[in-house]
Amino acid sequence: MQTGKGQGRSRLTTVLLIAPAGLFFLFLLVAPLVVVLVYSFGERAPAGGYQAAFTFANYLNLPARATAFTNTLTLAPLATLLTVLVAYPMAYFLAVKADPRWRLLLLVLAIAPFWTSQLLRYYAWMMILGSRGIPSWLELVGIVDLRIINTPAAVMIGAVYGFLPLMIPPIYVSLEKLDKRLIEASADLGATPVGTFLQVTLPLSLPGVATGSMLVFILLMGDYILPQFLGGGKVFFIGNALVDLFLQSRNWPYGAAVSVALVAIMFVTIALYMRFILGRDERRTELV
Amino acid sequence: MRIYALLVYLFLYAPIALIVGFSFNSGRYAMDWQGFSLAWYGVAFSNDLIVRALTTSLAIALTTAVLASIIGTMAALGLERTSGLVRQAFDALIYIAIMVPGVVIGIATLIAFVQLFDIVNPALEGLMGVRVQMGAWTVVAAHVLFNIAVVVLIVRARLSGLDRSLVEASEDLYATPWGTFRQVVLPLLAPAIVAGFLISFTFSFEDFIIAFFVAGPDTTLPIYVFSSIRRGVTPEINAVGTVVLISSLALMLTAQLLMRTSGERAKRRQTEG
Repeated sequence: MQTGKGQGRSRLTTVLLIAPAGLFFLFLLVAPLVVVLVYSFGERAPAGGYQAAFTFANYLNLPARATAFTNTLTLAPLATLLTVLVAYPMAYFLAVKADPRWRLLLLVLAIAPFWTSQLLRYYAWMMILGSRGIPSWLELVGIVDLRIINTPAAVMIGAVYGFLPLMIPPIYVSLEKLDKRLIEASADLGATPVGTFLQVTLPLSLPGVATGSMLVFILLMGDYILPQFLGGGKVFFIGNALVDLFLQSRNWPYGAAVSVALVAIMFVTIALYMRFILGRDERRTELV
Repeated sequence: MRIYALLVYLFLYAPIALIVGFSFNSGRYAMDWQGFSLAWYGVAFSNDLIVRALTTSLAIALTTAVLASIIGTMAALGLERTSGLVRQAFDALIYIAIMVPGVVIGIATLIAFVQLFDIVNPALEGLMGVRVQMGAWTVVAAHVLFNIAVVVLIVRARLSGLDRSLVEASEDLYATPWGTFRQVVLPLLAPAIVAGFLISFTFSFEDFIIAFFVAGPDTTLPIYVFSSIRRGVTPEINAVGTVVLISSLALMLTAQLLMRTSGERAKRRQTEG
């Protein structure tokens, strides 16, 4: 039994443990985000920057950057889908087919590239897809004048490359914890391997696919370097519009409104994901 | 299946190999192999701008990793002892910190600091004749924020797999709370804290977008690399890039193995117990 004094001290310890992190969150996350929100209702100062006001003009003016929004909201989901298609067989290999002794190392090898410099890895793709890269090799076999760099295709290739390491682990986890007896049962009941995969393995691994897609989609929506390097100013995302608004045209209030819109879209996506995907998953586990 | 996996590894590592390969190119131009040479390493590491950017980045990353792993571990331990509103608020903030894109964090931090400096600087100048401005320290502040969230998640995952009976046994044997923490909890948490430290270091060392907004007059290595790629690449970047890529790959392999082996072990203990 703790005495009153002991409890008081224990509470003090808790407060002291949390306080530094709390202060960081308050001053470097909550406060800045509130400032962005306030700015988004302001006006651009004549010399650039912010001038206090209360207007919805910035939000009403969002369609002026519609291209950035449509690029982001079409290419990000497409690239996410493509990443799933490439990642799934790989995760399946790692979880089911790979030698258990090497499994961990193989998995880690597939993840590690994500944590190395994005700048350098996309720069490498600039070289590969640029005029001295793949297009010049294709010329040798007679395909001329093919341009890949600075097209939506280049951004998609870059996205799959960049986010594959992030998509593999959640799918891997959902496949790995799948009860192997279900697969045996399905085979015993006369299902073909393809039938078993489509009716047992795939549905049970969908939560992993959903989690991975969510992660990748969120990161892609806020990306800057990928479209900057592989889209070269021709295929640009919201992130590129933001950098332009803040550092070139210095229209901070409008940039703030675009930021708020971007974060709002992300929150809605996450809310939908929680509501539909996670919700359904819970119900399924209840059934089992 | 095996061939597919091999192709995926090739896809993942070929671009990295390309950068490493061309760092030994004696020629000036990308994708134009002229012969083997170590010259660009010499050029890169005698370039004052590169060396200064590298040391700035290392200093920022080290400070960030130390602060984030200490503050994050403390918060994870503290949050275990709370419930209700405090905990929910903290969880929400952690997810917001991780979810909000770097470009928005960069912008938000930038305008918050500009706003703050507008208020603080006249007073500071009047009182002490100094002004504060953006620089490496504002980058550290923004990086620590993000990495606290990451460290809390990693350490908490490890805490939840922790065997409570070890702590109780220690208490039964009359260890002080501090003694229990130092001799029982801390050693068990060590792999998670080290993993958190390595991830924070790597994140901070490689972050471009946040630093781009808040570094002020200071230049970090990613900012230098970005601007030289934009200006048309100098082959020195391949040499610096090779050093950076290889060392960060090694760091991340270690961090991931630490995190995952400790996870596996916890899982095994659960199934045995």
